[in-house]
Amino acid sequence: MTAIDPTAHLTAEQIEELGRELDAIRDEVIAGRGEKDAAYIRKVISAQRKLELVSRGVLLFSIFPPAWVIGTAGLSVAKIMDNMEIGHNILHGQWDWMRDPKIHSTTWEWDHVSPADQWKHSHNELHHTYTNVIGKDNDLGYGIMRVDEDQKWHPFHLGQPLWNFINACFFEYGIAAYDLELGKNLNKRRRKNPEFRARAKAVGRKIRKQVLKDYVIHPLLSGPSFLPTLAATFTANLVRNLWTHSVIMCGHFPEGVQVFERRSIRGETRGQWYLRQMMGSANISGSKAMHFMTGNLSHQIEHHLFPDLPSNRYAEVAVKVRALFDKYELEYVTGPLPKQVFSAWRKVFRLSLPNKKPKVETPAHEQELVAA
Amino acid sequence: MTSAALRSRAWKLLEMVTTPLLPSDYLDLVSPLRAGADLRGRIEAVHPETRDAATIVIRPGRGWRGHTAGQYVRIGVDVDGVRLWRAYSVTSPTDRRDGRVTITVKAIPDGKVSNHLVRRATPGTLIQLDQATGDFVLPEAKPSKVLYLTAGSGITPVMGMLRDTGFNDVVMVHCAPQPQDVIFRDELHRLVADKKLRLTEVHTDTDGMLDIARLDELVPDWAERETWACGPAGLLDAAEKHWSEYGVPERLHTERFRPRIVVAGDGGEVTFSATGKTVDADGAKPLLDVGEEAGVLMPSGCRMGICFGCVTPLKAGAVRDLRTGEITEAEPGVLIQTCVSAAAGPCDIER
Ligand code: FES
Repeated sequence: MTAIDPTAHLTAEQIEELGRELDAIRDEVIAGRGEKDAAYIRKVISAQRKLELVSRGVLLFSIFPPAWVIGTAGLSVAKIMDNMEIGHNILHGQWDWMRDPKIHSTTWEWDHVSPADQWKHSHNELHHTYTNVIGKDNDLGYGIMRVDEDQKWHPFHLGQPLWNFINACFFEYGIAAYDLELGKNLNKRRRKNPEFRARAKAVGRKIRKQVLKDYVIHPLLSGPSFLPTLAATFTANLVRNLWTHSVIMCGHFPEGVQVFERRSIRGETRGQWYLRQMMGSANISGSKAMHFMTGNLSHQIEHHLFPDLPSNRYAEVAVKVRALFDKYELEYVTGPLPKQVFSAWRKVFRLSLPNKKPKVETPAHEQELVAA
Repeated sequence: MTSAALRSRAWKLLEMVTTPLLPSDYLDLVSPLRAGADLRGRIEAVHPETRDAATIVIRPGRGWRGHTAGQYVRIGVDVDGVRLWRAYSVTSPTDRRDGRVTITVKAIPDGKVSNHLVRRATPGTLIQLDQATGDFVLPEAKPSKVLYLTAGSGITPVMGMLRDTGFNDVVMVHCAPQPQDVIFRDELHRLVADKKLRLTEVHTDTDGMLDIARLDELVPDWAERETWACGPAGLLDAAEKHWSEYGVPERLHTERFRPRIVVAGDGGEVTFSATGKTVDADGAKPLLDVGEEAGVLMPSGCRMGICFGCVTPLKAGAVRDLRTGEITEAEPGVLIQTCVSAAAGPCDIER
């Protein structure tokens, strides 16, 4: 919905050809999936579990400051691994092909207050199908923010930098509320809906378990280290939340990312769907470690094109995808994390205010608007 | 409080510590074969038997309840990263002192699991196990005369019996293409030398297929013998007929290795077994649509293969992935995305 459609130079045939080329990339990875990939995810899961165990073990002695620091750092990383490279990707069905019932999208549960099945619905289904379509993809601003000029401004949006910051700190709760579509469901009539109540109950149960574990059981196990352990788990959750929030913001918010109108996806072809994913996502550049800690969501563009390909393959896929961007003269939005985070935040601030009066538009531009 | 109740309390507490994982998820890291774990085994050795058969020595987990001679065990092996389940006869005696069990596997052409086990399996690998099962077993009361009638890898359950229980009068008729294809040949000949077994080898490459009528000449008293037969369907069908015609069908025990015959076609009859509906589907229509049109409540989401909201067990038959053309055959635990899969022949969807 940007004034100038960055895909306007493509013909319908080109878009379908692009779709076929992307399908070919996908088929190649699927044909090559095998033992090495399976070994990879098993290794990551086992490393995560060991790291969490050791960190929690160290935190039993967190009354000693070095133990607190090491344990908290370890637990933060373990939680990030659990949510990102492991949980997010398994819940996408990326590892279902292994037919291992323990590493499967239908059985996995993660260290997060949103139950896996609810998250799968709102994320895999709504967000990934309707990526960046205003009014359909609630990830756009999470229902509390204005992230595009074309969204209507409301005085409520003045506070959005603050809402976004609070959301970042308690991101997992934000996601749970979001998966429940709390905003929509809290009115009197919908509140009573049995289906909603069942889901709300499930979230309640999950929150209880998570809170009990992090803020009661583990601190109690630590005895004299009760308070330091409590502070440590709180910190680890905070770090994980801030980190995941930042990574997620980089996926669709930075400048250069397109959003789409509802009517633009009517009768969308496979090629057009691919194109929307390409234009609606943004990557983060960086080291291998960086990609790993983002759960390879740094390859957001590739992930959105192929959400069910194993995450360890996105790096190699990215090379080919990027070549297609060049070939079709499209902008591949990417940049280092600080730059992308800054860009996303700047947008949050900018759009908290009503649009600036449009400059006097040239007639040519207006024509383009109509054409787009 | 009883100790069991106490233990379950302690376990509940432990679950609170490890949520959302289970304590077993952590214990599996260090001790996958412990008591109480899902049953697994570790491959400890692979001994070649013939050019295309090998015996796999498995240390079963603590939960293994043992087997009866002649039974089979289902194992889950990861081949190219994909877990596949197959059944193999247990070939070790029940009283093997080190507690290991063996299966003997013959690589069949295009057999994913059998070729993997015979040619690529390495000691140290963990596999999944089920408890042994099957009623192709010896009776409690010892028969005085025994006949084993086997062909090819049909010898494997019988080998388990031979190694397990000694009888006074045992005859075996075994068919294999050539002498070097006879699995366990050295051991069989040793038994013969020790006068524990009378053996007739039929080498089908030179002698031709065994004509069941020849039994009269090979084992004149066959009808008086308690017989266990295992081999290809043709042999077993002939044997069953022969024994019935002679009026002694109760003396014959057969074990059929059921090869999964899946005809991957284009479209077919789709059964939704939970709802009991059956409809015809063509090879291009997603099973999600087929089900919905038949009035079956099908879970769905994106309807384009990306959300995994539609995964459903495939209980029988085969389906084709409409995007890649890839065929998926039913096996225990196989789930398919109904929105991008179409019937490739008759199939059964658990909805
Ligand atoms: S409905 Fe989304 S994957 Fe099938």
